[in-house]
Amino acid sequence: MNVVSPIQARAGVLGPDAGIAILDCDIHPRARSLADFRPYMTERWWNYLQTYGLRARHGFNKGYVFPKAQPLACRVDSWPAEGGPGSDLDLLRAQCLDECNIAHGILNPLGIGQGDQNNGLSAAMAFAVNEWQVEAFCRPEPRLRASVVVPYEDGAASAAEIRRRAGDPNFAHVLLMSRTAEPLGNPRYWPIYEAAEEAGLPIGIHVFGYSGWALTNGGWPSFYIEEMTEHATSCQALVVSMIVEGVFERFPKLKVVMIESGLGWIPALGWRLDKHWKHLKAEVPHLTRAPSEYLKEHFWVSTQPMEEPEAASHLLDVMEWLGQDRILFATDYPHWDFDDPRTALPATLTAAQRRAILGGNARAVYGFL
Amino acid sequence: MPAGATPPGTPPTPARAVATRHVVAATDEIPPGGRKLVAIGGRDILVFNLAGEFFAIANRCPHNGGSLCAGRTTGLVQSSEPGRYHYSRQGEIIRCPWHNWEFDIRTGRSVIDPRRIKVRAFPAEVASGAALQAETFPVQVEGEYVVVEA
Repeated sequence: MNVVSPIQARAGVLGPDAGIAILDCDIHPRARSLADFRPYMTERWWNYLQTYGLRARHGFNKGYVFPKAQPLACRVDSWPAEGGPGSDLDLLRAQCLDECNIAHGILNPLGIGQGDQNNGLSAAMAFAVNEWQVEAFCRPEPRLRASVVVPYEDGAASAAEIRRRAGDPNFAHVLLMSRTAEPLGNPRYWPIYEAAEEAGLPIGIHVFGYSGWALTNGGWPSFYIEEMTEHATSCQALVVSMIVEGVFERFPKLKVVMIESGLGWIPALGWRLDKHWKHLKAEVPHLTRAPSEYLKEHFWVSTQPMEEPEAASHLLDVMEWLGQDRILFATDYPHWDFDDPRTALPATLTAAQRRAILGGNARAVYGFL
Repeated sequence: MPAGATPPGTPPTPARAVATRHVVAATDEIPPGGRKLVAIGGRDILVFNLAGEFFAIANRCPHNGGSLCAGRTTGLVQSSEPGRYHYSRQGEIIRCPWHNWEFDIRTGRSVIDPRRIKVRAFPAEVASGAALQAETFPVQVEGEYVVVEA
């Protein structure tokens, strides 16, 4: 068990983070309008988009399946004079990069056609969104890196998009959503993992998206707080799927970064998997190690929003199980549940742990700078 | 040791900062439902007008430091049992623009845990210009002013 030292607690609060090159692995850019993507789309797909629009895998959905706590789920103070939060590079610089002293930030665009019902449109959008990230954000602001957005329900098209971006230093990881048509270990998604491993790009799995299924396997919940909490359970399902389907046996160099999923649930999942694996090894003979070993070796997690147990030592216990090198800082700017690096981390961390979480760990995973 | 004696080596007690009254606005500058952010002695203080009554609280959210000034005002929603809701005090609760922490503008106390979580509240009142006139330096005395003690 971890014991919280009062000296560490003071160092966490008062110790300067000066000299730490903070890496933020979750910043959400937004287009001013769909027209921002037009320069990167063929006339055929631009006309299609204008005529039919995007169609998430979800019936009757105009807007969100659950209401958000703030308009567009964004900080009330993050709206620029024109356009939505995250669409104005100057404001993003001021409120996120400058204010929080972020040395490098990774862009994760949301709601831009990933997992669209029309695979062709989804692939065209992914290409356009990737070009747009580089031109609108990464070139004018060298602190920012893009995600390789892929049409993840189409494995082959996704792999082609990843190979198109391979070797381009503007791209930090391949972006998937946690809610997909089938559990992410399903072989239909393996072309994505193959291309990502080949390109040396981690897979970033950001929570949300539209699976077409109810948010819980007991059906639709009533409240937004249930959606926020549900990420822990849907992410458990995808982690189990990726491990037991054998993704990491086939792609042993694959790295997966879970973004915004929380982390308190992970050790218990590892214990449960290992318990059952002892009895059910014969069912999944392609697994050569205990499931928790794949979990500890192939997965990383972002901080925001991190559980805050009543006893601070319990969070340290969780971090110890995961491995101190597995935890990566994220702001989630401009969303309403944004974390500020000065206040988001528990005061009980040592200065070395704090440095690692704020920047060192992410640098080791992503490999840039 | 006799009562009142100081053990050797005790550092001197720092002088307690004495609250001073500050004129922060003319009353008509902050209409009912309005707010004004003022800086007093290096502190950002948010002044509200609730239907003619003035209140002042610290601007910084104690959670992660969000600026309450950018937040929306709302009311107090309470429930006696699942399915029953009572909404009251419209406009008297300020909600942090970041994580939705809510504070009672009248007291600075949070809605979620009023006993332990709060922003500092400062006494605020309306005073007439005449009452605020300094003896040596005549000032404009027409109208009324919001005065915050901080």
